[in-house]
Amino acid sequence: MALVETRTHPDLMRFTMPVTALAGGVFGFVLGSSFGSATLGVLAGLAVGAVTAFVLQSFLQRKQGRLAAAIVFALAGFLIAGAKGAVGGLIGGLVLGWLVYWLDSGRYREGVPTYATPGQVLWHNSFLFICGLIFFFLIAPIMVIIPLSFNAENFFTFTPKMLAFDPEGYSLKHYRDFFSNPDWQQALKNSVRIAPAATLLSVSLGTLAAIGLSQSHVPFRRAIMAVLISPMIVPLIISAAGMYFFYSRLGLQGTYVGVVLAHAALGIPFVIITVTATLVGFDKSLTRAAANMGADPVTTFFRVQMPLILPGVISGGLFAFITSFDEVVVVLFVGSAGQKTLPWQMFIGLREQISPTILAVATILVVISIALLTTVELLRRRSERLRGMSPG
Amino acid sequence: MKTKTILMTATAVVLAGAASAEEMADSMTLVSWGGAYQASQVNAYSEPYKALNPGLEVIWDESSNEAVAKLRAMNEAGNVTWDLVDVVASDAIRLCDEGLAMEFDPDELLAEGDDGTPASEDFGDLIVSDCFIPQIVYSTTFGYRTDMVGDTPPTDVCAVFDTETYPGKRSLEKRPINNMEWALICDGVSDEEVYDVLETEEGQARAFAKLDTIKDDVIWWSAGADTPQLLADGEVVMGSTYNGRLFSVIEEQKQPVAMLWDAQVFDLDGWIIPAGLPADRLARVKDFVKFATDTQRLADQAKYISYGPARQSSAPLVGKHAELGIEMAPHMPTDPNNAKHTFLYNYEWWADYRDDLDAKFQAWLAQ
Repeated sequence: MALVETRTHPDLMRFTMPVTALAGGVFGFVLGSSFGSATLGVLAGLAVGAVTAFVLQSFLQRKQGRLAAAIVFALAGFLIAGAKGAVGGLIGGLVLGWLVYWLDSGRYREGVPTYATPGQVLWHNSFLFICGLIFFFLIAPIMVIIPLSFNAENFFTFTPKMLAFDPEGYSLKHYRDFFSNPDWQQALKNSVRIAPAATLLSVSLGTLAAIGLSQSHVPFRRAIMAVLISPMIVPLIISAAGMYFFYSRLGLQGTYVGVVLAHAALGIPFVIITVTATLVGFDKSLTRAAANMGADPVTTFFRVQMPLILPGVISGGLFAFITSFDEVVVVLFVGSAGQKTLPWQMFIGLREQISPTILAVATILVVISIALLTTVELLRRRSERLRGMSPG
Repeated sequence: MKTKTILMTATAVVLAGAASAEEMADSMTLVSWGGAYQASQVNAYSEPYKALNPGLEVIWDESSNEAVAKLRAMNEAGNVTWDLVDVVASDAIRLCDEGLAMEFDPDELLAEGDDGTPASEDFGDLIVSDCFIPQIVYSTTFGYRTDMVGDTPPTDVCAVFDTETYPGKRSLEKRPINNMEWALICDGVSDEEVYDVLETEEGQARAFAKLDTIKDDVIWWSAGADTPQLLADGEVVMGSTYNGRLFSVIEEQKQPVAMLWDAQVFDLDGWIIPAGLPADRLARVKDFVKFATDTQRLADQAKYISYGPARQSSAPLVGKHAELGIEMAPHMPTDPNNAKHTFLYNYEWWADYRDDLDAKFQAWLAQ
């Protein structure tokens, strides 16, 4: 607290007010151009920003000031454009309120050394802002999909009711459709049958390959590794077409086993890479010690080596699982309609009938993927802690 | 007593099924277009057929869009996994020419009409190829947003080319078929002369010049579901698609959209049986086709979607929509009110000029 007090407040007229006015101008430009007059919007935004900065800085403390700004802006928005305007106003008020005190308290210099020039401070904050934009760019599609999946209409459209936050504009019917429609249920069943089998196969083969390739006496290790990793590098459509004609000759095309084998081949590289990475930190003298004490290689593997490389095996397995669960190109070739997986059903759904059920499924898959990746991250941290590589 | 009779009948049915199942495969893969159209086939054809044949597994594959390419690949790989494929008439003609579809004798394969008319007469001219089993007559036509056209809703197909009266985007299919014809009709060519004009270089240039006038206002679609989505979004003021899709948007989804039937282009959709099926699968598929294309089944399909049945004898049986309870006849493309001005699509002409015009059309699009 004392630290904040000792900081000098920047000059209101020369710094806080113009910058806030500029931010208000940007808001005004966006709003103004969507209502037809960008110039008017910019001018109004500049004025509103300047007034906000002046009022908040001169008359109000930080907490009350931010609250007051949010409430006033939300009310103004509500009066102008109803519920939609209220949300817009609330966001605008929160941002402007935060900006004023952030500038005024001098906290915008927090991330840089005290001797930094204004130019360096500006660059530091612009850099953070650009990072935020990139993050937004990456996450925006998902953020659009999730609310749309609760649409009460059968189209990919934000209806006026949805935008007005009318509960009638939202519904769970697309989730209900997913859980009651036999096509989707069959697809889910197929995915759930194919992915674990493919994962098990990739994990067993991939782990063995990684252990074998980590032995220094194996000849042509690099060449073998390159061949095994190739499914990751060769364009998927090439692998798929090749597998189609090859599997057709063997009678594997259009069978459950065929799809599992194809997906296992795609998953193996992930397992090899993650397991090889964990093997780098594996102390070979442990296996020699186990052998010295009379354990045969199989016992050594399961009792000594496996527990230590388990995090790598599991994260490889999760990647293999997601690969199979998300894969559409190969299954379209190698599978027949009897092996229709979730991504396949989504693909034809998008082409033949644009139904928001796809968005509901996408939302569910996003949640599952986040859960799986969180697991991977937690396992990675645990393994680092176990090996003493990081203190946390 | 009653229970006993039912049991006996059931046993008889099962026995009959078992007897015929000896030489028939117990699973069958049908290929169709997905969406509401496939749902109508499931409801009208495959569900009743499954009820008669317990234990039969019916698998649907939504691959009609790329049926020609996939059948070629399957044939090359010597592994045809499809038993019955729903395709448009022009694709059926191509598949038949390439020997990928089975030729058949209509009177032998298909059931008589319920009035005893032989199948070949009941379907009449609609059997456009020796391999083609007609199911429905559909049309490609326009729908428009009722709230975006002001006080003068369009009644003429040339409204599509009139961006002054009807500003906004339009959606058109990303292929030359239909678009070239509409362009010429709106450039003053009479319906009868369209294909004569289109045969010449100047005629083609004329059609492209007409399309040029709206090129900047067109969103090109490739799947039947695109235009309904664009209309529901208000992205386009009008757009072409299959009439059944528009029926669904208007009557089932209650969107502010109306039909512009002027110069609708009729087309046919039906089944083909892939050539070279093993005997047990062929027997099963023949049995199914006979059932699924009889008078009653074709009329039943019209309860679920507004496409006209291909049999003349089915027309009087077309009733009300299965869920909405509205009369389906006024929504059929063949209804006299809707068919005041229709355009006849010339299969043979397109079979000859398709490759050439496809290439020119793609080049024009890329300009």
